[in-house]
Amino acid sequence: MSENTTITLEVARYRPGVDERPTMQLYEVPLRDDWVVLDALNYIKDEVDGTLSYRWSCRMGVCGSCGMMVNGVPKLTCSAFLRDLAPGPIRVEALQHFPIERDLVTVLDDFIDKLESVTPWIVRDEPEPPPEDGEYKQTPAELATFKQYSMCINCMLCYSACPVYGQEPEFIGPAALALAQRYNLDSRDEGNDLRAMVIGSQNGVWDCTFVNECSEVCPKHVDPAGAIQQLKLVSAVEWFENLPGVPSRRKK
Amino acid sequence: MSSRTREFKRSNDPPFWLLFSAGGMISALLLPVLIVLLGFVLPAGEVSLERVVDVFENVFIRIIVVIVASLAFWHAAHRIRFTLVHVGLHRLATPIAVASYGAALAGTVWVLAVVIFV
Amino acid sequence: MTVRKPYYERPSSTWWLKRWPYRFFMLREISSVFIAGYGVLLVVLAMQVYRGPSHLADYVNFLDSPVMFVVHAVVLVFALLHTITFFNLTPKAMVVRIGEKKLSAVMMVTPIYVAWLVVSALVALLFLL
Repeated sequence: MSENTTITLEVARYRPGVDERPTMQLYEVPLRDDWVVLDALNYIKDEVDGTLSYRWSCRMGVCGSCGMMVNGVPKLTCSAFLRDLAPGPIRVEALQHFPIERDLVTVLDDFIDKLESVTPWIVRDEPEPPPEDGEYKQTPAELATFKQYSMCINCMLCYSACPVYGQEPEFIGPAALALAQRYNLDSRDEGNDLRAMVIGSQNGVWDCTFVNECSEVCPKHVDPAGAIQQLKLVSAVEWFENLPGVPSRRKK
Repeated sequence: MSSRTREFKRSNDPPFWLLFSAGGMISALLLPVLIVLLGFVLPAGEVSLERVVDVFENVFIRIIVVIVASLAFWHAAHRIRFTLVHVGLHRLATPIAVASYGAALAGTVWVLAVVIFV
Repeated sequence: MTVRKPYYERPSSTWWLKRWPYRFFMLREISSVFIAGYGVLLVVLAMQVYRGPSHLADYVNFLDSPVMFVVHAVVLVFALLHTITFFNLTPKAMVVRIGEKKLSAVMMVTPIYVAWLVVSALVALLFLL
C-alpha cells in the first residue's frame, strides 16, 4: 500500500463569537491502512491545524469520548477506519442533536441531566446495613438479566441517531432509559417505583416509536430500543394498576 | 436546568399503545391472507359467493370482523399520530392525537353499525 | 477570553429523507395507512354481503377491475411489509431467559411465523373448502 496516498477530510468548524454557524474545512491526511478517523484528526491537530477542537481519550472504544458524525452516521471516531471510508472525502461533524460548543465538541448538559433523572444507583427500602453484615449477594443468573444494559459507555451515539430526540429534545432518550432498565432489573435494587414516573411520563418511553437506530449505532450492543420496549410493557401494566379503584399489589 | 426539578406526569398513552400492539399483531397475522383471498381469488371467481355469504353471516365471524377492522383502525391511528408529530407538526400534537383517535373511534362505530344493522 | 455561544439548530422535518434506515422506517410507518385502508375495504365487503346477493355480485364485479387489482396489490405489499417488520421487532419486547442464557432472536421469532402460516392456512380453508 503506497505511503503517498492521501484522503480528504471535510471537518466542521465552529468558533463561538467568530462564526455565525458551522462551516466545513478541508484537510488532506495520509491514508494509512491502520488509521482510524481519530488518527486523522490527531494528525490534523499535530501537523496541520492546532486550532481544531475535539474530544477523545482511550482511542479503543471503551471511554465514549470520541463520538462524532462520520459521513452522516454517528460513530466512535476511534473505531472508524479510513480504509473503510476510502476514497473519501470523509465528512466529520459534531454529534447531531446537541448544541455545538466549538468545532467537534458538543454540550453534554442535557444528556447528563437525563441520566440523573432515572435515579441511576442502587436504591434500598431500608437504610444500608453495616459492612460487617456482608455484601449484597447476586447469582450469575441475576447478573445476566441486566448486564447488557450496564455496558453503556455514555457515548451519546444513540441520542444522535434517535430522530425523536432530534425532534423533541425533552425525550429522556435511549441511554437514560436503558440505564433505568439496568437498575430496575438489578436484583439488589428496590427502586422500581421511584423510576416509574420518569419512565411512564410522555417524555419517557412513550415518546419512542421504535425506530431502532439507537440500537443499530450502539458500539457496545446495549440494545436500548429493546430495553425501552420492555419498559413499555411494564409501564403499561403499571398504568392500569394506577387507575382509581384498582387495588394496589405489594410492590418490589 | 437539572431534570431533578422537572415535573413528570404519568402519560395516558398505554391503552392506545396496547390497542396499537393488538391491532398490529392481528393485522400482521390476518391481513395478507385476507387480501389475497378477498382481493384476488374472489374477483377471479375461485371463491363461491355462497361460501362468502355463509362466512360473513356467521355471528362469530361478525365479531371477528369488528375486531380485525377496528383494531386495524386503532393501530393506524397511533402510528399516524406519532408520524405526523415527528415530521414537524409537534406544535399540533394534541389536535393530531384527538383527530387520529377520533377517526379510529368513528371507524369502530361504523363497523359495529354495519355488522349489527345492515 | 473566549466567549461561550453554543450553536444549536433544530433538525429539519425532512430528517427521514436523509438516510436509508430512516426512509425505511417511514415506509414501515406509512404501511399503517394501508392497514387501515384494508380495514375499510373489509367492512365494505361485509356491508355488500349483508345488503344482499345482487349487491355482493356487483361489488365482486367491481373488484374484478384493473384499478382494484392495483389497489389490492399495493395494499398487499404494504401489509407484507407490516407483517415482516412487526414480527421481527416483537421479540425485542420480550426477553426469555433459561438460566443465564437468552433465547436468540431467531428462536423467538420462528414460532410467530409458524403461527402466521397456520392462521393463513386455516382462513384459506375456511373460504375455499
